[in-house]
Amino acid sequence: MAYADCFTLLPLILIAGTSIVVMLAIAFKRNHALAAGLTVAGLVVAFISVLAVTPYAPRHVTALLIIDRYALFFMGVTIASAVAIAMLAYPYFDKHAGHREELYVLLLIATLGCTVLVASSHLASFFLGLETLSVSLYAMIGYLKDRKSLEAGIKYLVLAAASSAFLLFGMALIYADLGTMELARMVDLSIMTSTPALLISGIVLIITGIGFKLGVVPFHLWTPDVYEGAPAPVTAFIATVSKVAIFALLLRFVYQPGLHQYRAVFLVWVIIAVASMIAGNVLALLQTNVKRILAYSSIAHFGYMLVAFLARGSMAVEAVTFYLVAYTVTTLGAFGVVTLLSTSGRDADTLDEYRGLFWRRPLVAGIFTLMLLSLAGIPATMGFLGKFYVLAAGASAAQWSLVIILGMTSTIGLFYYLRILVVLYSEAPERETPTQPVVPASGLVLAVLSALLVWFGLYPAPLQDMIQRNGVLAVAGSPAPELDKLSQHIDSGAAAARNTRLPTMHSSK
Amino acid sequence: MILVWLIVIPLVAGILAWLTARWSTQFPRWISLAAMALDLIISLAVWIRSGTTVGAGATTVWLAEVDSSWVPRFGIHFHLAIDGLSLLMLVLTFFLGIMSVLCSWTEIGEKIGFFHFNLMWMLAGIAGVFLALDLFLFYFAWELMLIPMYFLIAIWGHERRIYAAIKFLLFTQLSGLLMLIAILALFFMHHQATGVFTFQYGDLLGTPLSSRAEFWIMLGFIIAFAVKLPVVPLHSWLPDAHSQASTAGSVILAGLLLKTGAYGLLRFVVPLFPNGAHEFTPVALVLGVIGIIYGAVMAFAQTDLKRLVAYTSVSHMGFVLLGIFSWNAFGLQGAVMSMICHGLSTGSLFILVGALQERIHTRDMDRMGGLWTTVPRFSGAALFFALASLGLPGLGDFVGEFLVLLGSYQLSVGITVVAAFGILASTFYALRMVQRVFHGENTQHWQLPDLSPREAFIVAPMIIALLWLGLYPQPVFNTFAPAMQNLERLANLPAVALQKR
Repeated sequence: MAYADCFTLLPLILIAGTSIVVMLAIAFKRNHALAAGLTVAGLVVAFISVLAVTPYAPRHVTALLIIDRYALFFMGVTIASAVAIAMLAYPYFDKHAGHREELYVLLLIATLGCTVLVASSHLASFFLGLETLSVSLYAMIGYLKDRKSLEAGIKYLVLAAASSAFLLFGMALIYADLGTMELARMVDLSIMTSTPALLISGIVLIITGIGFKLGVVPFHLWTPDVYEGAPAPVTAFIATVSKVAIFALLLRFVYQPGLHQYRAVFLVWVIIAVASMIAGNVLALLQTNVKRILAYSSIAHFGYMLVAFLARGSMAVEAVTFYLVAYTVTTLGAFGVVTLLSTSGRDADTLDEYRGLFWRRPLVAGIFTLMLLSLAGIPATMGFLGKFYVLAAGASAAQWSLVIILGMTSTIGLFYYLRILVVLYSEAPERETPTQPVVPASGLVLAVLSALLVWFGLYPAPLQDMIQRNGVLAVAGSPAPELDKLSQHIDSGAAAARNTRLPTMHSSK
Repeated sequence: MILVWLIVIPLVAGILAWLTARWSTQFPRWISLAAMALDLIISLAVWIRSGTTVGAGATTVWLAEVDSSWVPRFGIHFHLAIDGLSLLMLVLTFFLGIMSVLCSWTEIGEKIGFFHFNLMWMLAGIAGVFLALDLFLFYFAWELMLIPMYFLIAIWGHERRIYAAIKFLLFTQLSGLLMLIAILALFFMHHQATGVFTFQYGDLLGTPLSSRAEFWIMLGFIIAFAVKLPVVPLHSWLPDAHSQASTAGSVILAGLLLKTGAYGLLRFVVPLFPNGAHEFTPVALVLGVIGIIYGAVMAFAQTDLKRLVAYTSVSHMGFVLLGIFSWNAFGLQGAVMSMICHGLSTGSLFILVGALQERIHTRDMDRMGGLWTTVPRFSGAALFFALASLGLPGLGDFVGEFLVLLGSYQLSVGITVVAAFGILASTFYALRMVQRVFHGENTQHWQLPDLSPREAFIVAPMIIALLWLGLYPQPVFNTFAPAMQNLERLANLPAVALQKR
């Protein structure tokens, strides 16, 4: 492996190295602050290395990884989020009676898995990254070793293992059909294949695996339980870093080989998107637990992102990327507030604990309000622009039914965000609840997240420029399908009989 | 720049009011009052200056304009502009803004800082709606004014405030999202036709659309505006929101928020979709008349005083809808006149009802009666506004409704006849209200303080303004006439363009 290859892999190497350093540090001296400090420092250095590597992108490092600007952009997002989570986790676990330091090792390894995922250009590295992520997550979810935490950990373990099996089977089918597992080579081969049924079955099985990790309907059943059972900072990690990395991979996996042009694949995603939007929002209405509400809301949000994803073309990638960033900032902020109000003994997750919070702790409640408004897509927040982007992407592909379903369901979504808001601003209970002071680290994280939320909500141009420069993915096939062809395609059932592929496939050749 | 100040001043005042509340409960009130007064002075200055510029054959209808790029990726501009129509709406906004600060002076005793923060930010949002000439910016302001309103209802409202607040927000949000989708559809269709990405009002005018697309896009806009106005099948949030909100909330809801719906129809729906609007006219006229009659009948049946006044709004807004969709000089003048006068007369009625509720802690008319003997000045003022509301000649509302009827007469005699019955019905509910509350026997033996100097100070300018608008409305007509002619011209443009093609 050449020196240049090693250099472009620097972010990955640094994260892996940090995990070893933290592990060794624990072996010599068990100190919570030291472990957390090393973790944050290592991640920050890794983040800087991402910036340093950027000029040398794109570069293939073996057949497994591609370090392009797209991968680096998402590495930046995941590493920055991991920093925020490490800083939020420190005060949370500080009171924890058991061993606290190993969490950071797990956090680093999970982050490493995510960075591999976003850079993978091969089904093997896809699987390796995913398993690195998942195995660390099992331990992180069950970290508190109380009943709820362990139950969530086991549940995730069993279901994730099953989904991995689907994933592997799908990869095997694709390999059997095409004889390659490289995403880039699949483009050419998939056109010549004589047995598209095998290929499509493989893709659909992989979709099952990805869908499980994203927690989209109908693979969502683990989401609320794991969100509820996992320690709050770990929930934040699952909700943001891991899902963002997998969605980034999904875009690459589907767009680069042009798999979105198969009608069956398209339809499967349409069904998943609609089901996620409806089920996520409706089921959230029935919850009284804040973490569960946020779980269902994340299901719905991935439904929205799928609407943009289905719009295809460069606009879709841009919209999804913007939405992912907005979603990450907002969700981190929301779980940051939950983490702030919790201790490792007990998470502040029932709605009652938030009653009248605004009149007791106006700043914390104010930040939570901002995050909820952003999740609901109210203007002056990033969430609004994200929703705008998604709607714009949907509208640009003339997918009116999806766009209207998005509008309707997000109004349902507003209802349960409002329920939390109502509680936040209602009369404070008589009994005085003890409030622990805000630790500077978490305070800083929340302040930065709120500032980002409003700044990019009001003036998104810098972020848009960055996404346009870095986040653009080479999309196989035509950029945006012709509107009339697409509407024909969606409207008429006859299209199914015509061909398994969209007409645009041929125009790309 | 002056237009940016109109929005920035309340935003800053809101933050200041929130921050200073910890030192004194008086600070937020005075800060808000000063901000509104400042904005009112600025807008009046623009108005006075406009008398000299517009009259002399001006080349543009925009009295002032600000335009700078905001989100270049989508061609979104921060584009504010003011014409006669926006100007009148802004003057009304800041005038009622002062009144709503004054009328909450004693009513709001808790969480004063946060109350004024919401009040100011909502007024800034409303000002933004009346000023925005970029469709994205318009939607931005449109949504921004809802959240503070939600808080105003949900925190400082009456007994069923949460229910009312959520209902209000869900209705307006859903309809708002439909409008956003419609805006995006228009945006992309414009791009398809011209290759330009733009949300600018001026550019989007005259976008060639197939009649089917035009109809659906227009419907998205109309639903959003019809919910706000409200048009009858979409009105059910209104009685709850109005009756549960605190006085300032009701005043702003009735006086300003409903006007944003009418403003949207005037500014956007008809000029952007002239053919669609033409097709929609029969439906709109029928819905307007249904609103007039339905609102009046429902108002007659209420025992809750605030709900009664709320239903009168439904009835009055029916006239506005009728006037707008008549789309001739009389109808438009009448619609704008009705919007202004309804803001003043209904706003005042809400202020008086709120003041009464502060005194006797009920809105139930069954528990009132014979109040004239104990609060004569108060009752006199209430009678005045009730008369204004029922359309007594010599007061502003009469001018507006009369002109609307003149306008709609040119389209349909039948519709006009039924609408005229609405005026008759308004006499019933207004006089019944006055009779039940202020006349008859004082069964509950109320002994109440009469109008305080502060309340008199609120009521007096309202009375003067209504008398002025009723007796000498010409300056107002002169102000918005160029704007109206411009809108009519814009609405006719694409039709010509299509014929050429």
